[in-house]
Amino acid sequence: MNADFTAEELQFEQEVREFLQNDFPAEYREKVDAGIRLSKEELVHWQKILYKKGWAAPNWPAEYGGTGWTATKKHIFATEMGLIGAPEPVPFGMKMVAPVIMAYGSDEQKQRFLPDILESNVWWCQGYSEPNAGSDLASLKTSAVRDGDEYVVNGSKTWNTYGQYADWIFCLVRTDNSVKKQEGISFLLIDMKTPGITLKPIVLLDGHAEVNEVFFDDVRVPANNLIGEENKGWTYAKVLLTHERTNISGVPRGKRRLAALKRLAKNTDDGFGSTMLDNASFRTKLAELEIELQALEYSELRTLAALSVGNAPGPESSILKIVGTELAQEMDEMFVDLAGYHCLPFVPEQFEDGFQGEAIGPGNSAAAALTYFNNRKLSIFGGSNEIQRNIISKAVLGL
Amino acid sequence: MDFSNTEEQQMLQESVQKFVYKSYDFDTRNKIIATEKGFSDENWELFAELGWLTVPFQEEDGGFGGSAVDLVVMMEEFGKAMLVEPFVATTVLAGGLISEQGSAQQKAELLPKIMEGKLQLACAYAEPGSRFNLANIKTLAVADGDNIVLNGSKTAVLNGSNAEVLLVVARESGAVTDTTGVSVFMVDATSDGVSIQAFANVDGKKSAEITLKDVSVPATARLGEAESALPALTAVVARATLAVSAEAVGAMEAMLHKTVEYSKTRKQFGTAIGTFQALQHRMADMFIECQLARSIVIMAAMKLDGGEDAMEKSKAVSAAKSRIGKAINNVGQEAIQIHGGIAMTEELDVGHLFKLVTAAEIMFGNTDYHTERFASL
Repeated sequence: MNADFTAEELQFEQEVREFLQNDFPAEYREKVDAGIRLSKEELVHWQKILYKKGWAAPNWPAEYGGTGWTATKKHIFATEMGLIGAPEPVPFGMKMVAPVIMAYGSDEQKQRFLPDILESNVWWCQGYSEPNAGSDLASLKTSAVRDGDEYVVNGSKTWNTYGQYADWIFCLVRTDNSVKKQEGISFLLIDMKTPGITLKPIVLLDGHAEVNEVFFDDVRVPANNLIGEENKGWTYAKVLLTHERTNISGVPRGKRRLAALKRLAKNTDDGFGSTMLDNASFRTKLAELEIELQALEYSELRTLAALSVGNAPGPESSILKIVGTELAQEMDEMFVDLAGYHCLPFVPEQFEDGFQGEAIGPGNSAAAALTYFNNRKLSIFGGSNEIQRNIISKAVLGL
Repeated sequence: MDFSNTEEQQMLQESVQKFVYKSYDFDTRNKIIATEKGFSDENWELFAELGWLTVPFQEEDGGFGGSAVDLVVMMEEFGKAMLVEPFVATTVLAGGLISEQGSAQQKAELLPKIMEGKLQLACAYAEPGSRFNLANIKTLAVADGDNIVLNGSKTAVLNGSNAEVLLVVARESGAVTDTTGVSVFMVDATSDGVSIQAFANVDGKKSAEITLKDVSVPATARLGEAESALPALTAVVARATLAVSAEAVGAMEAMLHKTVEYSKTRKQFGTAIGTFQALQHRMADMFIECQLARSIVIMAAMKLDGGEDAMEKSKAVSAAKSRIGKAINNVGQEAIQIHGGIAMTEELDVGHLFKLVTAAEIMFGNTDYHTERFASL
């Protein structure tokens, strides 16, 4: 039993570190540190830098232009990215639809879609949840009715992240109403420019509209945009969800934020002549967070070690999701705690790209509450943490 | 990176499992606890034959290698079976202290006897007012000609009533909490002035309160160098802390398993209680706690075996003990709650596992202590 990297892996780690130091643009790094969102152009630019290096798709097999890395190398890459704060590739194309196309798409579909995802020429978004289908996703109602060589799509999707940037959307649609709900679902790719699609931004608690509701009104979609077989979409969707849960623990980002918390605490007066780092209850909470992060890190390494000897990702990813998201949310609370009064100003625009006004409060303290609000999503999306507990009780405990 | 057990570790694990399956069921354990001695000599001899008593010791001392991961593998199985034999007291603590602090001659004389199962020891370090501070030693060792005279009180001396030799931690100089001035003396348990009050702990393991009144030992009874024992004691207690943490991981896994199985058979309102989501999610949380507990114990074991400095090792052990403590409260209390009234009874094993992990939470520093220690290191 050992947690050591091989000499080759250590060399790779060094290579990744140097690449990120040199090639992750300093201005993006500053923005990330200041809590300012990167624009679409900046995200795409960064992804293209990764593409040029050949590292755009760590999780893809080499035959599709992926890195073909081992589980350990993927882990090293994700760790270094997280530690420096470099954004992961936008997941909707790279991590979600691409694995489904690879597994179930036709050759024609693979050639048509995969290269543009790899090169970040096309931005994808997700059409899964609906206003009345959240955790119970299979009860979705958006319908696709076959009409000659086309499907006619009607309905609405919600919690669609960055649909305003997207060129394409992958959707789960109902193609059969007469069978068990899981058996009448199909997986359809839709060009966002198709007539009949409208987007309504949803402003979240942090004042930012990162998600949308998407409406489909007699949208005509070529039938050759169907992935695999009609009514088999639920099977494909589940594959996608497993991929969504890789790297979900967020340990590297957690480490980065923990270091930031310590720095900040050291520079924050407690109002009684000392700093928050010497505040007994804050210090205890910080220690507990750091310990939890270690327990999570070693849980992830254990999962990874099992993967690297050929075991499939199992329900363990549910543990990583639950613990990782709850830990991130506790860190959010700590930032709010540290900011004190300074987290109260609700001025979301000062964290948007290109803000020219005078910033309020010291540092990015006014982002603390916004991030706290926004990150409540973590325990809701990707299968809520209650759904993850259902998965554990059924798949692991056999209840 | 490889988190699977080595072949040797697997053999060790199977060896313990086989013994438990054949010779250590719950009833047998209860009978052992009911004896005055509180453990089985026959078992102890068998442990020696099976080579288990060599596991905590270095190869140069004739041991199996002293790997912390090996110790963890073994202790997890001990925890599942609620083994009461004084493995931690005699081999990990006392044996460890001799190995760390003893002179070459003392080691050569004592370690083989321990590994052969022919010597029972106890380590008397804690005192009524010391809580978890190892440096808080009020027991005094004063020179008297060629002899040393010991006076003081010791508490929580695991295996204290069965030990032939007590390793008494005493102060030769300095103020009460100074980290220097502390030595260890080997004291024959039958010496004049030694009084031993024996009892069993909540987990069934034998322990003792010991008073030393003008106990005179020759200076040669001092373990290794004078006034320098605290670093050795700290390192040894770190190993013992890891050992009880691993024991708790095993016990927690047993509790989770028993709780889940019980919930599948216990029917109320016409259905198995395991079908209730209110209980399913709590059992899922118990599972998560067990996994995190095991992960952090493995982390600490790897750090103890690795090249980190003493401070990093201490931090790792405190991180593990702190996190284990949290898991213990969740898993232990939920196991009782989900079983319901039946788990309150002495006849069911789950309550005894709960008592074992409760003792583990306190031994060698409780959760709060180790969280604070982690923060201060």
